[in-house]
Amino acid sequence: MAELRAEIQAIAGRYPDRKSAVIPALRLVQERYGHLPPEALREVASALGTTPAYCRGIASFYDMFHLAPVGEHVVDVCTNASCALVGAAQVLQAFERELGITAGETTPDGLITLRNAECLGGCGSGTVVSIDERYRQPVRPEDVPAIVEELRRG
Amino acid sequence: MAERKRPSLVLAGAEQGNLRALEDYRRAGGYASLEKAQKMGPTAVLEEIEKAAIRGRGGAGFPMGQKASFLPSPEQATAPIYLVVNADESEPGAFKDREIIDRVPHRLIEGVQIAALAIGAERCFLYIRGEYLSEYEVLSAALAEAEAAGLVSVPILIHRGAGAYICGEETALLESLEGKRGQPRSKPPFPAIIGLYDSPTLINNVETIATVPKIIELGGEAYAEIGVEDSTGTRLFSLSGDVVRGGNYELPHGATFRELIEACGGGVAGGRKLKAIIPGGSSSPVLPADQIDLSMDFDSIQKAGSFLGSASVIVIDDRACMVQLALRLTQFYMNESCGKCTPCREGTRWLELILRKIEEGRASRAELDLLLDVCDRILGKCLCPLGDSNAMIVASYVKHFHGEFEAHIKHHSCPFGETSSLAGLRSPVDEIYRGRVGQEAAL
Repeated sequence: MAELRAEIQAIAGRYPDRKSAVIPALRLVQERYGHLPPEALREVASALGTTPAYCRGIASFYDMFHLAPVGEHVVDVCTNASCALVGAAQVLQAFERELGITAGETTPDGLITLRNAECLGGCGSGTVVSIDERYRQPVRPEDVPAIVEELRRG
Repeated sequence: MAERKRPSLVLAGAEQGNLRALEDYRRAGGYASLEKAQKMGPTAVLEEIEKAAIRGRGGAGFPMGQKASFLPSPEQATAPIYLVVNADESEPGAFKDREIIDRVPHRLIEGVQIAALAIGAERCFLYIRGEYLSEYEVLSAALAEAEAAGLVSVPILIHRGAGAYICGEETALLESLEGKRGQPRSKPPFPAIIGLYDSPTLINNVETIATVPKIIELGGEAYAEIGVEDSTGTRLFSLSGDVVRGGNYELPHGATFRELIEACGGGVAGGRKLKAIIPGGSSSPVLPADQIDLSMDFDSIQKAGSFLGSASVIVIDDRACMVQLALRLTQFYMNESCGKCTPCREGTRWLELILRKIEEGRASRAELDLLLDVCDRILGKCLCPLGDSNAMIVASYVKHFHGEFEAHIKHHSCPFGETSSLAGLRSPVDEIYRGRVGQEAAL
């Protein structure tokens, strides 16, 4: 814990105002815990001299922070305009079918969270799917079973 | 249509591959402009940027030289001057900054150093969207290499965002960089006077900054000869949607949609019929297919009732239901509204509810009027362009595809049904928001 605190404070030292380190610190702590439980918010708040409520306010504003537990893998399927035009709805449905869950849910074994996502910035070859922050594109419905199998194998 | 030779400025030298390694970038002439700029000095560099008449590539199209001229000189400034690079590319349809970072990261770093020198910046902050993890790694590696080679005299800090479209708006970006929720500030004061940490700040888009080394290399006047009047230079056009070969294509301003879509992109996919073009990302009003010979420059697109914006061209073929597309984009704005201004926060939600009713065939004729009335109630009444964008695009879909809206109302269903290319589409709003709030009862 002391080590994490020191790491957060080192990040804070790079900015003219240490509050700027809230986002990097939350990311660091989320990498450690998988999501942001109350104790994680308390740690960040204490290291940066702010309040857990402030940190929660930040975490709830940004899509990449998880206030509730998520699966070991997070799969984001873009369904915005460019991907939608080339069949994103079918790609999302293929993931839902393969995983037996609806977008927004996590598989019962806690392995995979599936999310319907806004534009990820890969529009030239859709559908764009981001798996644990790494892009795959283009993904077609027929590619989905192999992707899910790969995630299940680990 | 024969493909004409495409000038390569921003992506120069990267035609055959990436220029990620410092050695490769140098072999392609990299960092010579920085050296030249150091000899020229700040005033002469700024003059070249002014002469180049380069307009911002992020979306608003504001001239870079003029923006820089609003800053106090380092002698006058009472606080350190900062340079901020906006790499929070999140506009639906835009993916050009990602390619610049991925393929020519050193050109961006070189541009940052030249711009920092020109304005007398003490430090530079590069705000990159959180989702661009691979690009963050590429850029970090390039920066480390440039630092080790002694090429970085004004320190650069790369700051990752965490997923919020609104942070692409410059003052929201500054708030986010200061560790706050990304909510736009009231302007004035403009960032040039009171920006990051209350300091004078110049904020520019990745592509704008990555063009600066070429401006110094060619000279402002020679640069200004490329493109057309009031829209100088080249642009990385992000082409996507119903097109054979999507991707980024660097063309001079003034090329037509036809050249981009047909010569570069191979035409509409499947040989289908073009129905509409979104010219500058989802926030720009849609244009009907008959505008295909329009020149892609700031003024021509504006005269046609839209914006060149981030030059993100989305091709739409005749299978798409335009009500559905307007609905999906509205769900995006509703989802991404930061919640600060009431007309945007509430208005985007109203637009979504009415569009959904129309799409599902449950709306009356009066509700189509209500839709346009809500647009009017948002437009010009918010701190930033997010709500305005939603209002303007919805009005444009109704204007150009009025018959489709009428047909939904008259026949009490979507005339495209399962044949729409967007059939079965859902948005994040469905899962996150709709499930929890019984808002259907509100209408």
